[in-house]
Amino acid sequence: MSEQRTIRLIVTRQDDPDSRPYQEEFRIPYRQNMNVISAFMEIQRNPVNAAGEKVRPIQWESNCLEEVCGACSMVINGRPRQACSALIDKLEQPIRISPMNTFPVIRDLIVDRGRMFDALKRVKAWIPIDGSHDLGPGPRQSQEESDWRYELSKCMTCGVCLQACPNVNNSSDFMGPFIVGQVNLFNAHPTGALNKDERTSALIGEGGLQECGNSQNCVQACPKGIPLTTSIAIMNRESTRFVLKKWLSF
Amino acid sequence: MSTQRSFFNRRLHSLLGVIPVGFFLIEHLYTNYHITGGKESFVESVNWLWGIPILLVLEVLFIFLPLMYHGIYGLYIAFRADNNVSQFGTFRNIMFMLQRVTGVITLIFVLWHIWQTRVQVAIYGWTSTQLADQTVAIMSNNIWLIVYMVGLLCAVFHFCNGMWSFLVSWGVTVGPRSQTISTYIWGAVFVAMSFVGIRTILAFASLG
Ligand code: FES
Repeated sequence: MSEQRTIRLIVTRQDDPDSRPYQEEFRIPYRQNMNVISAFMEIQRNPVNAAGEKVRPIQWESNCLEEVCGACSMVINGRPRQACSALIDKLEQPIRISPMNTFPVIRDLIVDRGRMFDALKRVKAWIPIDGSHDLGPGPRQSQEESDWRYELSKCMTCGVCLQACPNVNNSSDFMGPFIVGQVNLFNAHPTGALNKDERTSALIGEGGLQECGNSQNCVQACPKGIPLTTSIAIMNRESTRFVLKKWLSF
Repeated sequence: MSTQRSFFNRRLHSLLGVIPVGFFLIEHLYTNYHITGGKESFVESVNWLWGIPILLVLEVLFIFLPLMYHGIYGLYIAFRADNNVSQFGTFRNIMFMLQRVTGVITLIFVLWHIWQTRVQVAIYGWTSTQLADQTVAIMSNNIWLIVYMVGLLCAVFHFCNGMWSFLVSWGVTVGPRSQTISTYIWGAVFVAMSFVGIRTILAFASLG
């Protein structure tokens, strides 16, 4: 029998939100078609590190396992991405895995992306259509408009663009590139456009659009290929117009 | 409701970088380029500039103060970024990093340059001919020659890449295609302005 192939993983771990991170190496038996999640499951089954010590299994979050929920985002070999679509066969070894430390780390690879949901609330990233009576059908959208909005709607709030952005860090309050795409998404909707000034106004509040420094990492890193930098430029144009209108009409 | 103060500050920073600071850079390079036509030509264009009424007020109001705002607020922007070129070695991310590095170098260089020329003119009441001679003396020193070349290249890079960014930040170049074309245009402007600047510096040096 040939020698058993193994996979080497070096994982940055952290026991709780306040403790210091540390690295731990694992060697697990190779199987075909594994992804990072199934490698973690292997460790869960047999939680022994490379030194042969029994350790607590690695904690992570995952849900859909098909790159649509965004829960399993982490930094794999230097790049923030989804663990479920990170195929072991395509990764250079040892595979280095760490949490997206732009966010508060809760434990091991679990981070708190709550700030993204706060940002969505701040900019009112929805279309208010609740009422006590039937509002009738909404206005029609052209195919072109709806195609564009479809691209923006792919955002899964995974946090990869925040991890990639040099301007999202402890000394800045930037809400992150994703939020610009979301404002663009709802402002571009014919019904959503009724509240577009409210969203634009919130978007240029503290930690808003102006914090973008055009490194364009977001558009490179986005797993869904969302044209974030185009959205940013569109919203730059909209907010220039918005501010001029506001200042000239007091 | 959050305030929009930082949006205002950031846009003002962007605007002042072009008008008047960027315009002044172009004007400055143009005036100094006269040295390539000989000392007299340079002296003549300096005299013309010095003939502008209330020059000092204009200099302070339309060059120095905007420059200081752009420089100081720029430092705040530069030092808040967490550069990650080692993970994202993409062209734009490298430009992002260089924009901050050249900005800091340019600020230090420009402050020194103002001290070494404009302030000395004010203190000693140099004539334009004396100014030309002093500049020749500075450029004849190899160390200063290199310092000025580095300062010039940083300033020109910062201006050209800043213009690229300016056009995005004000929503002029929106799509990836227009942004790519803009990259080429500002790249060409960078080469042209660097050529003019370096030739000027060498022309001063050759008179020494
Ligand atoms: S588990 Fe949903 S994106 Fe990976």
